[in-house]
Amino acid sequence: MRIIAATCLALSLFAAPAVAGDYTSGSLTIENPWTRAMPPGAKVGGGFMVITNSGDAADTLVALKTPRADRGEIHEMTMAEGVMKMRELEAGLEVPAGGSVELKPGSYHVMFMGVTDGFKEGETIEGTLVFQNAGEVPIAFTVGPVGGKMAPMKHD
Amino acid sequence: MRAIRWIAWILVVLVAGTTMAVLVSDDIRDAVLGKPGQGTGIADIGGPFQLVDHTGKPVTEKDFLGKPSAFFFGFTHCPDVCPTTLYEMSTWLDELGPDADKLNVAFVTVDPERDTPELMNNYLSAFGDRITGLSGTPEQVSQIVKEFKVYRRKVEQEDGEYVMDHTANVYLMDAGGKFAGTIAYGEADDIALGKLKRLVAGG
Ligand SMILES: [Cu+2]
Repeated sequence: MRIIAATCLALSLFAAPAVAGDYTSGSLTIENPWTRAMPPGAKVGGGFMVITNSGDAADTLVALKTPRADRGEIHEMTMAEGVMKMRELEAGLEVPAGGSVELKPGSYHVMFMGVTDGFKEGETIEGTLVFQNAGEVPIAFTVGPVGGKMAPMKHD
Repeated sequence: MRAIRWIAWILVVLVAGTTMAVLVSDDIRDAVLGKPGQGTGIADIGGPFQLVDHTGKPVTEKDFLGKPSAFFFGFTHCPDVCPTTLYEMSTWLDELGPDADKLNVAFVTVDPERDTPELMNNYLSAFGDRITGLSGTPEQVSQIVKEFKVYRRKVEQEDGEYVMDHTANVYLMDAGGKFAGTIAYGEADDIALGKLKRLVAGG
């Protein structure tokens, strides 16, 4: 495990700037955005990350823009009584002042809708997060394996 | 006398069930209700169906008898639960090794409008070759959804697209087609694998 972590770290150090990592904009930090490789024919994908707000005013993630999908949305998934429900967050996702919000499998995520060129493991998906206050923050999603439940590569 | 005893037992089960529903968290309740062989009123799951597999071949419930089966309901326009469950299922099948041949595994679409057999075939190729995709006409899919007491709801979005709410449990059936339990979404790997091993062993 340690060797893998070290390799990841080494790779990330030498990687081009487009490779996913941590991003900052004002008081916001976006950690390790990632998504999954898509099975052939799949049209949608979920994107995950941790957004931390060190400022003293809340901000709201209102949109995802990406050239790789017809549309990006902000969603919440819930599981109750064994039933999966997914809803678009029309008002966006609040990042509290001095707090953070985790976008992760089974919970909040950004949605890539209408993907024609399915994501492949190891590639990088460019996108822009739009915040109410912080405005546009360009990021890049690392693509992990099909069906993966955790960020493909964690380097802090 | 016998009738009274039966009614008393039914009351006990109802009270226990209600108490459990109120007191116990979803996870624990699912784990308890999911155990095979416990009479909980949800055992009446499964029944006759006619569908089309991902190769275009018509199939019925009879094609899934003689071996135990695992059925999972979902749709390919699902970003999260469906691909992760299919992926986990493929890893469990890998761990079962040769015993995986003693099990039928099927991914049944709850979205036949979009999930044609061709699309299912393509999609499932990402998860090995042991998972059968099942689709059919909307009526045929409604039939199996009803037989398995699967919750499914189409939720329209403003842009004309839609998502499907759906039951995320894996349904385990014995070789005779009788309900034998569930694997809940997010259940620990070793527990899920244990359930599949027990199912394959016929216990
Ligand atoms: Cu799903």
